[in-house]
Amino acid sequence: MRIHFKTSYDHDIRLFQDGWQAFLYTALLALMVALPWLIDDFFLGEATNVLIWATCGLGLMLLTGQTGQASLGHSAFMALGCYSCVLLMEAGLPFILAFPLGGIITGIIGGLIAIPALKLHGVYLAIATLALAILTDDLIVMLEPWTGGVGGKFAPTITVFGIEVNRWSNPAAWYYMTLIVVLVVTLFYRNLLRAPMGRAFAAVRDSEISAQAMGVNIARTKTLAFGISAGITGLGGALMGLFAEVFNNETFTFIISIQLLMMIVVGGLGFIHGAFLGAIVIAFLPQFLSIVTDSMGSTVAIPGLETAVFGVIMILFILFEPMGLYGRWLKIRTFLELFPFARKDMFRRQKTYLKTERLR
Amino acid sequence: MSLLTLENVTLKFGGLTAVNKLSMDVKEGEVFALVGPNGAGKSTVFNLISRFYTPVEGKITFDGKDLLKLPPDEVPSLGIARTFQNIELFDQATVLDNLLVGRHRHRQTNLVEQLFHLPSVRREERAHREAVEEVIDFLDLQPYRNKRIAGLPYGVRKVVEVGRALASKPRLLLLDEPASGLSVEETQNMRWWIDDIRRQMGITVLMVEHDMGLVSKVCDRVLALADGAKLAEGTPEEVQNHPAVISAYLGTGDAA
Repeated sequence: MRIHFKTSYDHDIRLFQDGWQAFLYTALLALMVALPWLIDDFFLGEATNVLIWATCGLGLMLLTGQTGQASLGHSAFMALGCYSCVLLMEAGLPFILAFPLGGIITGIIGGLIAIPALKLHGVYLAIATLALAILTDDLIVMLEPWTGGVGGKFAPTITVFGIEVNRWSNPAAWYYMTLIVVLVVTLFYRNLLRAPMGRAFAAVRDSEISAQAMGVNIARTKTLAFGISAGITGLGGALMGLFAEVFNNETFTFIISIQLLMMIVVGGLGFIHGAFLGAIVIAFLPQFLSIVTDSMGSTVAIPGLETAVFGVIMILFILFEPMGLYGRWLKIRTFLELFPFARKDMFRRQKTYLKTERLR
Repeated sequence: MSLLTLENVTLKFGGLTAVNKLSMDVKEGEVFALVGPNGAGKSTVFNLISRFYTPVEGKITFDGKDLLKLPPDEVPSLGIARTFQNIELFDQATVLDNLLVGRHRHRQTNLVEQLFHLPSVRREERAHREAVEEVIDFLDLQPYRNKRIAGLPYGVRKVVEVGRALASKPRLLLLDEPASGLSVEETQNMRWWIDDIRRQMGITVLMVEHDMGLVSKVCDRVLALADGAKLAEGTPEEVQNHPAVISAYLGTGDAA
């Protein structure tokens, strides 16, 4: 176990606690940069897919893991991000402008939607946002002149600084583009966490009443969290639609929202790592299942198998490891670091029997 | 000079009058206690000052400003900080982060600056952490600095909550039962802290407390409440020997 002898406040503020941690993440980044030379195009595409899911997951994680507001409506923001980005590109804007602008538009609309929705709590908020996701599905069909309806839309050609980003002819470019987006989003996420805003998010999550007593404006904080979350997910959605090359209302059904929520729960709620681990699970599960069914001699796809397996995984995690994959890793790491002094109940949550009566 | 004034404040929940025409004033620099049997409306008075409740009539002023015009989240910006009877900390965050939330009213950077972690944010963070470190030092919380609240014992949480309120550098500190559930030694510590908060930091303290031993040691003035109305006001000794207070706690001879 490493002991940190802190000599300045910067020690708690900077991104990496010590040289070792900085080295580990630099090594990981180096591996990610070298990936196109290490694996073939098929798996590079899968890696891109993982990063796209992770972007969407980071968006939802900010809202659900950090601010404590469950949302089943994030597929709507993915769709919004995707369509606004593509429509802006069709209007003649270069991708490098249309993409962040699409995210900002999604963020603003997300914030506006949040103002009425965030009067609801817990499961009621989840149901309201689920309605939003289903509504978006229908809206895409109804707004056919702009969205292409059920027939869908083809992704326009992406050109970044004169390089054409095409997933078939230049998969490495697509991968790098996604990697940069994920890195920027992760950096923003980290910056928020080490600033007053991130702590206000956590305060709202853990106790609204005392957050208010400390001067946190609950409605404003929640709206901001929702807006930022929607914006990030919008970026992820734009990448997902463009990567799929053809997209319609089916690309962004509410099932995607549910998968997104499952993903961050399985990965570990409230951890940035959780979004990435969850994305790996959700992106590779279909491949893993098809390999298993193939080896069992089945040639036809079993409908609903993927959803069912994911549901089972989800139930098992909630029952046995509510902290998700990253939480499990933290436990293992603590066990190893403290060996043989780790105690069994170190991570057990203490029950609170007394809660201030809900005022109003 | 009076810092906080309540004038004829009445609060009703339906047919129940929780606070009945209460008038009191807390002077700058004193330790003032509210006492009274359970359900007397002591915590309700706190929630009125925090603006969680709006009185049906009456006036609440702090330092000459009308508190009733402010929403609850702007009350701290005047310099009023509080603790809760049943401890309302941010359970999944560390002690340090909890105290840093106390600094929320002093933040100066906006969202965009924070997203990009500009030098202004870094400077502000250092200032916040320095202020919080003073509180940690004052309350001897060093061993718990990076521990999550969820794993801490009750007594420590109680102190962290006082620390979070202190981190906001308030002018008026509202302590809702600071000694409830504490051991004899912890209550002793709390007594010295309250003394120091007043003397060293110059913060006015308004507290609700059942432990009359603590009240009589630290408080300048005491107000006894029963059924939302004022029974007696004065020094701890005067209030303790007031016939109306004795009858409210023990009942009158006639009733037996």
